[in-house]
Order: sequence, then structure tokens, then C-alpha cells
Amino acid sequence: MEITSPSFGQRIIQGRWIGKIALVLVSLLTIWWVGNKAAQSPSLFYQQIVNGLQLGFVYALIALGYTMVYGIVKLINFAHGDVFMVGAFVSYYAVSKFSLHVWPSTIFPNISPIISVVLGTITVAILSMVICALLAIVIERIAYKPLRNAPRISALITAIGVSFFLEYFGALDFVFTPNFITYKRPFQISIWYLKDGFHKLESGTAAPDGSIIFSNILIIIILASLLLVLGLNFIVMRTKIGKAMRASSYDKPTARLMGINVDGVISITFAIGAALAGAAGILYATAYPQVFFWMGITPGLKAFIAAVLGGIGSIPGAFVGALIMGQAEVLSAGYISTPMRDAIAFAILILVLLVKPTGLYGEPEREKA
Amino acid sequence: MSKRILVIVSILVLASLVLAACQPAATEAPAVEEPAAEEPAAEEPAAEEPAAEEPAGTLKIAILAPLSGSVPTFGVSTRDGALLAIKEWNEKGGVLGMQIETVVEDSQCEADPSVNAANKVIDQDGVKFIIGEVCSKASIPISEIAQEKGIVQISPTSTNETVTLKADGSTKEYVFRACFIDPFQGKVGAKFALDNLGAKNAFILFDQGNDYVRGLAEAFEATFTDNGGTVVGKETYTVQDTDFSAILAKVSEANPDVVYLPDYYNIINLVTAQAKEKGITAPFMGGDGWDSADLDRAASDGGYYTNHYSDQDTRQIVQDWVSNYEAEYGAVPDALATLAYDAANLLIAAIEEAGEADPAKVKDSLAAISWEGVSGTITYDEFHNPIKAAVILQVKDGEIVYVATVAP
Repeated sequence: MEITSPSFGQRIIQGRWIGKIALVLVSLLTIWWVGNKAAQSPSLFYQQIVNGLQLGFVYALIALGYTMVYGIVKLINFAHGDVFMVGAFVSYYAVSKFSLHVWPSTIFPNISPIISVVLGTITVAILSMVICALLAIVIERIAYKPLRNAPRISALITAIGVSFFLEYFGALDFVFTPNFITYKRPFQISIWYLKDGFHKLESGTAAPDGSIIFSNILIIIILASLLLVLGLNFIVMRTKIGKAMRASSYDKPTARLMGINVDGVISITFAIGAALAGAAGILYATAYPQVFFWMGITPGLKAFIAAVLGGIGSIPGAFVGALIMGQAEVLSAGYISTPMRDAIAFAILILVLLVKPTGLYGEPEREKA
Repeated sequence: MSKRILVIVSILVLASLVLAACQPAATEAPAVEEPAAEEPAAEEPAAEEPAAEEPAGTLKIAILAPLSGSVPTFGVSTRDGALLAIKEWNEKGGVLGMQIETVVEDSQCEADPSVNAANKVIDQDGVKFIIGEVCSKASIPISEIAQEKGIVQISPTSTNETVTLKADGSTKEYVFRACFIDPFQGKVGAKFALDNLGAKNAFILFDQGNDYVRGLAEAFEATFTDNGGTVVGKETYTVQDTDFSAILAKVSEANPDVVYLPDYYNIINLVTAQAKEKGITAPFMGGDGWDSADLDRAASDGGYYTNHYSDQDTRQIVQDWVSNYEAEYGAVPDALATLAYDAANLLIAAIEEAGEADPAKVKDSLAAISWEGVSGTITYDEFHNPIKAAVILQVKDGEIVYVATVAP
């Protein structure tokens, strides 16, 4: 453990109680403000909460990748947002160019269209996830593994380099092109509204006043995210590879001494994180139907903040942090101003770093000699 | 240790966001960008003989257009449109008894080549009337020369305000344009919403950081409220936003008759797709930024936008123009060719009205002209910007259909 003289950041943190009082005040003020606005129009408030849920669940999937990789190799993988972009593009090509989302009905013409679309969409999702996982393994082998024992800042800069490479390689005319491309959704959108029970909203008609509107995309995003997170939790907590991950995260040299193939574990961690990002890419592009080569930057950064907010390295933390981020963004866009939404998101990051540098679920740093 | 890294990283994150904000929007759709039609091998009129003194019976007009460089298709359309107008005048016997001779120069949509081209046609060929350039950044330096040397210039498509304005805000007496400038579309859009759609309440969505979008939005708001409409809400966003759910929830709550969104097609595609999911049935309206082959016609179905011209316009002059152009070049004329055609006609009509090919007199008759062109009846305001009608187009069942021509 190197001893450093108190840095600027630490000096501020030593006066942490000031920050805590500030945080409490800011939170109370925010709650009062939002509560006040919500009382004026409860249905708009609930609508915004629903909108925030949709965003938050997508962020959660991306944030999980950041947090898993950080938990094991202590690397902030800035290329993660661009893997997300690749995932979105893979599904775009699968759907628009190869019509993979309807393959069951092409092969078995008698199959019911609903089953065909469900199976087809799942196939597209799995394809995206697999390609993202392979891409992440390749990136890890080429760019990060040689730097395993280099100073952490080298790996960080490399990650930023990989991020730029993926973006601008994607922008080439023979790859994804630098254009904004309209994303074709693999399934039909159906819209519902909640007012005295659930009703389907016919297209072209307006919902009655005071109803809360949502689409099947919201349901799919929530279900898919929960399913993937539960699956991830199962892998990490109940399987042998999960145990190896946790052991490597805790203490790599000792894990190696116990016969764990730490390099393999790291590869698998990257692959799982990237698969989640790939799934997030499809869900994001379905919700906001446009793909372009730097679509990964902003969601990637937001998800990174979510991971830090929840405590980077902590899986439940990333999930909770992402849901908070989604709400914070939509509520600030809804009740303060849209251009402020990013400022508020980053203000949250700074506040959290000042007051609780380990995040909501973060464990105090275990210093290893 | 890790705290420090996190602090460093958060600074990097902030920095990269700032950098990301600086990235230019990948799509800049200038006022009249439209893929030009097939390039027909129009014969370049030979005008190489140096003419110190003008032979009696001919009048020289120069066409400065970007035939090479970044936007050659614009240049070709512009040249073809202007040449067709001149050809028609010559077939009718020319102007003031003189046949019109054209000098075509490639000005490349750049400042330096355009200055060279302008100096060449003025000093070497003795031209006193210039049609061009397409791009504002080339038209501005040409306008300085034209103003200084007393040469009448008319730009078909340059929308920048300073093309016709001096640094002190006064008008360059010798410089004109044939297209309307951006905020004008907001005005026309507001009139259409009020009069044709019968809208009372409008909601405006705009990108604060984009001059084009902000200009249209402000003009729309001013005209709409001045004429008895109410703006029930106004929301801004940034070019990086993809999630519009929060502001669309507010639109849905405000329940407007029309939503004005004068941005480029990429934002239109995202917003209109999400609006459908929020149950918003009010039509969206915008400007010529919508005019793109990449507009998502399914999502933006039912939306309206203002544009310079439509080949579906039923006025006789439009139909004649479309069929003559097709006969000459084998393609449907785009907006650039149309505006160049109008520019050439305006200029020649002003010469005829002046009764003498003297730039000092032509500039006065042009400033006072009222001429029915393909893109509407054109008169000039004090800043030499045309006052003319715009067309309203609608996205309907996957087609772009002509709805109305709206005069300001």
C-alpha cells in the first residue's frame, strides 16, 4: 500500500459532514419540489415514473457490465458503451437485412405468427449477445490482457482508445456508416393505458385525460432486464464459475494459488458483461428506434455513473443505481428542464463521490498489503 | 487510491461529455439540400472570347455554381435551372432586343475559387449580372465584390442573412436572393397551423443549440401568438438526446392542436416514433430539415412541413416548368434547379423592366419587382430577402404529398 499525502479530494472528504448536511438538504429540497409538482398533476407524475423505469432498466443492463468488470479487474471498461452500440447494430442487421426475427414462420409456415415473432426476437437477442460476448473476449485478449500488470491508468487509457476505435471504425462507410439509421423493431408495438383498469389504445386515437400510457416495450424491457439480472445473480452466486469470479475479485493471487484459472475467469466476466450490453443495445434501440455509431457514448456514461452511484463492483448496487439514474433523468427533464438532465446526472455523480465515495452498496475499500 | 482514480475518471467523464457535445450533428441539412437528378451532359456555352466591349445585341450573364468540390450535384442543378430560363428568354427574342449569352464558371462552394471566378467574369468577360453562388460561404465573398464593383448578383439558394447585409446591418444594394431565409418558414408554418389546420394551441419543441431550429421556432411562436394562437408549452432538448419520453409526457398532458418541431430528420424520426407510443395524436409540423430520403415516413405519418417548392403544385407555371425541365434534362427538377430558374427569370425580368442593361438601374427595378416564379410570387423586403409563398407538404401513407401554398 503506497502512502500518499492527503490529496485535494481527501481534504474535502475529511470535512465530510458538511457534504452530508448538504446532501440531506438537497434531497429534502428535491423531494419537496417534485412532490409539489406531482400534487399538481398526479397522472403526469406517474407517467414520468413509468418513463423513468423504462430508461432505468436499460441503464441497469449496461451498468452491470461496468460493475462486473470493475469488481474483478478493477478496470473501468470505457469500451463497454460501444459494445452496446455494436449489439444494437447486430440486431439492426439481423432484423432489417436478414429478417431473422421471423425465421420460424419462414421455415415452418404453419406456425402462429406470435410464436414466430417471440422465437425470432429471442434468436436476434441471443445472436447480439453472443457477438458482443465474442467481441469483448477479443478486446480483452488484445487490448487489456497485455496490460494486466501495468499501472491502472494505462489500462484505463487503453479502454478509452478501444472505445474510440469501435466508434470510428463503426463510422466507416463499409461498416455501419456515419448515418442515423431508423431501427426496424422486430415486433409490433401495442399501446396500453391505465385508467380504471387496463385498456388497449387504438393507434391514431388519444388516451383519455389522466391516464398513464405505456407500451409493450416497457413490459418487455422490464421482464428481460429482470430475467437477465436474476440469471446473472444465479451465475455469480450459485455456480462454480461464479464462485471463481468472486474469489478472483477478492484476491487474485490467492485465487490463482487455489487452482482457479484467473485469466479464463476474467474473459468470462468480460463476455457476460458484454452480453448484457448487447441485450441492452436491442432493448434501447427498440425503445428509441434509431442506431448510429456513437449512440453508445451517452448511455454508456450514464450507466457508468449509475454503477458508481450504486457502488462500483456491486451488482445489486449497479441495478439500484441505474433505476435511480433513470428516475433522476426523467424527473429532471420533466420538472426542471431537459438540457439540465445531464447536468443533474453528473451533479449526482459528484455528490456521491464527495459524500460516499464507495457508493450506496459499496464496501469500504479492502486494502491489501 | 481507488477514490483518486474515481475522481480522475469522473473528470474524464465530464470532459468527454463536453467533447461529445462539441461533435457536429452528423447530419447538416442545409436549406435546400436535395439529391440532384441525373447529371445531364448539358453543353457548356462557349464564352471564351475575351470581350472588352460588349458587342451590340448580346447581354452577358454569368452563372457561378459549384460544379466541382463538395456539392457538385447542387451546382449542376443550379446551372441547368438557370440555363433553361435563359434559353426560354432567348427563344422569345431575348431581353431588350438582345440575345443573352451565358458565362458559366465553377466556383466550388468555396471562398477563394468563387472570388477568382467572380473577378474573372467581371474583369475579363465584362459581365454585369451574376447568378450564384449556391453556398452562403461562397456567395458572401462574391457579394462583397459585386457590391464594390456595382454588379447585380442574385443567389438562388444562399440562406445566410449576411449574404445581402453589410457588416453594419444595412442592405447591400446590388445583392439579392431567390430563396427565403430560415425564420420565414416558421412564419409560414404558424399561418398554416392557424388558418388551414384551425389550430388554437401549439406546443413547440426545439434544440436550443441549433441556430436553424431556434430561428424557426422563435419565428413560429411570434407569428402564432400574434395571430391569436396560444403556445401552451415550449420544451428544449439537445442533439444528443434519444429519450424524449419526459417532454412528450408533457406534450400529451398539454393536449395541443399541433406540435411544432423544426429539426432535422434524425430528431424527427426519434421524436415522432416515441410520440406515437405516448398516444399523441396532434400532428407534428416542421421546416425543410424534414426534407430527406431518410425521413421515417411511418413514424412521422400525418406530419406537415414547409418547403421551397413541390413538383405536385397544380399551378400552371409549376407544371410547365416540371414538363419543360423533364423534356430538356430527363429528370424532375429539384428545389435547387427551381430556385436557379426563378433567380434567372427575376434578374432578366428586372433588366427588361429597367429598360436598360445598367446595373444601377436594374438593382432598383429588381428591388421593386413583383414576379410570379415557380416558387411563388416574389417581391423583396428592405433586406433583399424575397417575400413569397412556401409550400406545405404532408407525410401521408408513406408518400410526401403537396397540401397547400401559403403566402406570408
